[in-house]
Amino acid sequence: MTTTPEKATELVNVTIDGIQVAVPKDTLVIRAAEQVGVQVPRFCDHPLLAPVGACRQCLVDVPDAGNGRGFPKPQASCTLPVAEGMVVNTQATSPVADKAQQGVMEFLLVNHPLDCPVCDKGGECPLQNQAMSNGRGESRFSGGANEGTKRTFPKPINLSPNVLLDRERCIVCQRCTRFAEEIAGDPFIALVERGAQQQIGIAEDAPFLSYFSGNVIQICPVGALTSEAYRFRSRPFDLVSSPGVAEHDACGSAIRVDHRRGKVMRRMAGDDPEVNEEWLTDKDRFAFTYAQGDDRITYPQVRGDDGALRPASWPEAFAVAARGLAAAKAAGGVATLTGGRLTAEDAYAYSKFARVALGSNDIDFRSRPLSAEETAFLAAHVVLTAPSNGGVTYADLESASKVVLVGLEPEDEAGAIWLRLRKSTLAGRTEVIAIAPFSTRGLTKLNGRLVPTVPGDEPAALASLAGELDGTAVVLVGERLATVPGGLLAAADLAATSGARLAWVPRRAGDRGAVEAGCLPNLLPGGRPVADAAARVDVATAWGVDALPEAEGRDADAIWWALHHGELSGLVIAGVDPADTSNPVGAKAAIEAASFVVALDVRETDVTRAADVVLPVAPVSDKAGSFVNWEGRVRPFEAALANPSSLTELRILSGIAAELGTPLGFRTVAEARAEMEQLGAWDGERTVAGVTGGDENLGEGLVLATWKQSIDNGSMQDGDKYLKATARTPVALVGKDVYDACGPTVTLTGDRGSVTLPAEVGDDLVAGVVWVPANSFGAGVLSDLASPGSRVRVEGGQA
Amino acid sequence: MTDMLTPVLTDMWDVERSWTLAAYTAKGGYQGLDKAFGMSQDAVIEAVKDSGLRGRGGAGFPTGMKWSFIPQDNPKPKYLVVNADESEPGTCKDIPLMMGNPHVLVEGVIISSYAIRANKAFIYIRGEVLHVIRRVQAAVEEAYAAGHLGKDIHGSGYDLDIVVHAGAGAYICGEETALLEGLEGRRGQPRLRPPFPAVAGLYASPTVINNVESIASVPSIIANGAAWFASMGTEKSKGYGIFSLSGHVKKPGQYEAPLGITLRELLDLAGGIREGHDLKFWTPGGSSTPLLTAEHLDIPLDFEGVGAAGSMLGTRALQIFDETVCVVRAVLRWTEFYKHESCGKCTPCREGTWWLVQTLARLEKGEGSEADLDLLLDQCDNILGRSFCALGDGATSPISSSIKYFRDEYLAHLTHGGCPFDHARSTAWAGQEVTA
Repeated sequence: MTTTPEKATELVNVTIDGIQVAVPKDTLVIRAAEQVGVQVPRFCDHPLLAPVGACRQCLVDVPDAGNGRGFPKPQASCTLPVAEGMVVNTQATSPVADKAQQGVMEFLLVNHPLDCPVCDKGGECPLQNQAMSNGRGESRFSGGANEGTKRTFPKPINLSPNVLLDRERCIVCQRCTRFAEEIAGDPFIALVERGAQQQIGIAEDAPFLSYFSGNVIQICPVGALTSEAYRFRSRPFDLVSSPGVAEHDACGSAIRVDHRRGKVMRRMAGDDPEVNEEWLTDKDRFAFTYAQGDDRITYPQVRGDDGALRPASWPEAFAVAARGLAAAKAAGGVATLTGGRLTAEDAYAYSKFARVALGSNDIDFRSRPLSAEETAFLAAHVVLTAPSNGGVTYADLESASKVVLVGLEPEDEAGAIWLRLRKSTLAGRTEVIAIAPFSTRGLTKLNGRLVPTVPGDEPAALASLAGELDGTAVVLVGERLATVPGGLLAAADLAATSGARLAWVPRRAGDRGAVEAGCLPNLLPGGRPVADAAARVDVATAWGVDALPEAEGRDADAIWWALHHGELSGLVIAGVDPADTSNPVGAKAAIEAASFVVALDVRETDVTRAADVVLPVAPVSDKAGSFVNWEGRVRPFEAALANPSSLTELRILSGIAAELGTPLGFRTVAEARAEMEQLGAWDGERTVAGVTGGDENLGEGLVLATWKQSIDNGSMQDGDKYLKATARTPVALVGKDVYDACGPTVTLTGDRGSVTLPAEVGDDLVAGVVWVPANSFGAGVLSDLASPGSRVRVEGGQA
Repeated sequence: MTDMLTPVLTDMWDVERSWTLAAYTAKGGYQGLDKAFGMSQDAVIEAVKDSGLRGRGGAGFPTGMKWSFIPQDNPKPKYLVVNADESEPGTCKDIPLMMGNPHVLVEGVIISSYAIRANKAFIYIRGEVLHVIRRVQAAVEEAYAAGHLGKDIHGSGYDLDIVVHAGAGAYICGEETALLEGLEGRRGQPRLRPPFPAVAGLYASPTVINNVESIASVPSIIANGAAWFASMGTEKSKGYGIFSLSGHVKKPGQYEAPLGITLRELLDLAGGIREGHDLKFWTPGGSSTPLLTAEHLDIPLDFEGVGAAGSMLGTRALQIFDETVCVVRAVLRWTEFYKHESCGKCTPCREGTWWLVQTLARLEKGEGSEADLDLLLDQCDNILGRSFCALGDGATSPISSSIKYFRDEYLAHLTHGGCPFDHARSTAWAGQEVTA
């Protein structure tokens, strides 16, 4: 937008404070000055927002604009692009610029309260810092004989359930309103009133509800904007900041974890221009208290003779787990379900544990509806793709001519992708085409084109785009397409025939890392196909074992079925919620039916309560690791908190493996990383995707479309009620005809139950479809309403 | 003496129902249209250039040159916007013009739009003057009915629609880019330039924004020729203009005269300062132009002459103050106006006016010290040329100029312990008090 252009095409020579510097054409003077080591003070300026020139803090003297003539007045360096031969004198060399800046700073402080000692921003405040560097020590406005009257407001007001505004601290730089309009596309905060009474406001009954609202708190250059959760909780200088990676989606957003005395106090967006730039979703920013609740498991437990779980030491728990798994392995076999939340290193440990210690390829990371078609697709088109070998990147999204979204609603499911798409569409570079049943708010804000599609008809919709895509286009496939028979194949075909590039976007932070680590029945680590003997030998040699199980294993659905029917005996399960699976009741029954279950989790769940051995694992704040994001980009991070009683999963698995007599060969994240690196990627033949899977379920009623909204009942959002209050109200989206027939409240009935919700008319909703959010009511759609791909009846409900 | 006047725009204000189409047509109105349509668009622009007409809204930018900046290879529609948001304290020329002769404005809009190839024009009228809005609306309606507006005007093949837009009551919307924001339905705040309105103005399309009086002057230029117009006025400030005299004069009102006339001559026309009093200070062009004193009675009132005297011609709003007026009090009232009207976008104007009022109020009450005068001047120095638009600059004009000419009077407040003036003496009813 207005950042310093990255690709230096044409350089312009300017002289700043007597120092000559060449900067790319169109660079703003304020950033050119940074190149010579001069920081011009600023408030309204932000590199990712369009220039506005409102605060006037960055005034500099320009004796020569490059045409031999100077500007008679000081110029705002945040709005002035460089010109060849331009001469600029900043506060460092120009008394005029220095006085202008001092004057503006003095004005800014006229109406700013002197409440730094109680202000959350105190200690990290650009106003405080720059008042020190570019202001006067004593006020001429108040103090001494002059007792000026400051403007005051009752404090504070809620812009949303989550974001608070202290108006008297606001210097109306408009960073927040510009962010809301330019970046998030949620312009629900705006300037109201005028003069010194000018303030940020919301319309009556229209709060600042945005999935990205927390960013305004971070970019506020004063303490005017605060979050309910963090306000008055700590001082910046008491915090320790650790870089991290967000664990709520597959975007791999850089974050900064601020903690104090072993407790995370807040999270901020990290600055990573290649990934999330400087932005973060509210979920990634605020949802971190899930690991701080009363249900955190803090010690190992084993099921005693009385049938109840009792505390156990780690060595005892390892021994009991090993004994039980050995018996279950002998009795019929043990499967491994890892969920999608693991770090790449932990996923690798599970992958190795399953093959070496349990002797099985029955391992799957997918704890949601899946298909054999997807299993083959991941092996053929996803694993091993990365920015280093031509994989689709964020930058590619920004330069693509067209981006096709299928089975993916990025505003809900991958916020950083959505922000990047919006940046590109606003700049007029990219057209977004969504294959979906209706235009979502996210698509509307992208000014995107809808290919109206009934769920299940995606293959035909994809094929219809073949004529208009070429090598400059990108097809983003969401994990939801797995359940559409032929969907993933159609996407791969579209890419192959049109030349468009293809990328798979899962929902969870650990999904892609699990694919790379081989947490799949058909893949070994590094993308090695189980079916390929050479690949098996490769891995076996590296691991120092004689052989690996040869047959491809069962996928998650088959594992649940086999456990339920006694074909499998034991289960190692990590961070899986049965409610997410395609058959929640079946999954719970499978856990009940299993003879021996080892559960590894952060918090107590229905799974841990049913397990025979429960092993507490470290949440991401307590451990090092890596997430592999949707691009295939490895995003390593170190532990933010040092918590000796928090063990990584790989450490736990290595303990059990040692008891089983099949040591994993690593006990630390560093050792696991080293081994993964040594093993490396498969350079042999890939498998070819050719399976069409999934069930056609044609019944009576409307086709159900559903996905999880960004902020919903997900258990990792537990603990921050203010964040939850910003969730969108769950509604059933229906066609006008259905609304007219059924009224403002509808009852949906599917094969798993009935749900009553307020109805809303979807203006362009495809006929024959109803949409509901997947996890915003009850136990979610899969538990309470309908099985994947099934149809539902819609009737007028009781209000 | 009245031969100094050159009534053109004001010529028919005394005609019975002067605002009607019938009255205007009887005086030869709308005859300029056919003449203009007979010329090429560029020839019309050339004529306005040759006339030397400079913007009558205050800044004095050559009107014809502004028109020629419109990029005609731009495929977007072109727009003409008439700035009728007359809100400057003391300025009162456009509102009586639109009341007395709205059709000369409409005719000017048609010719000007034709010249810049606009098919849509907007007249943005200050929202508080509902009677003026109604009158201009009625005139536009009459013009449509008579075929002066709409499709294929006078068979020329040229189409034009005029929208009369009512502002929402903000001084800042007289600033042209803030006006455009308001016209687009947004909050009235000035825009960052570049891009300039000529390139990307209303709805990001090439736009000309002119003052009412500038546009209303165009029909006479087309009808009488550029040379006729240029024969009036001074070398660089050609033509006639409306001079609005208000305050302590015997006959306040609008005096239409060639640019370059002096205040002494205008005061003669207006019957002089009110009986028994003397001129103390005056503004040449509204409150945003630095005030002048009796020593400036003979400067020519054109762009150059007033500029040389350290002020600006502005909108030729001559507010006359006699010796009964406390300059500190007058300046404080103006400053309160700027504080009230500051849009809030930029720091110097928003916070500076807030502070200026407090410092001035203290001085008026006789509190503070002489150092506060230097503080005031320093505040003004930190606002002038540092704010986003000219509104901030204007706010400093009365303060710095009044301290320049009347420093002693400020100090008298301090030594007197308050204002030494009897404010009743400056009122219109002074001397008429009934004693018990």
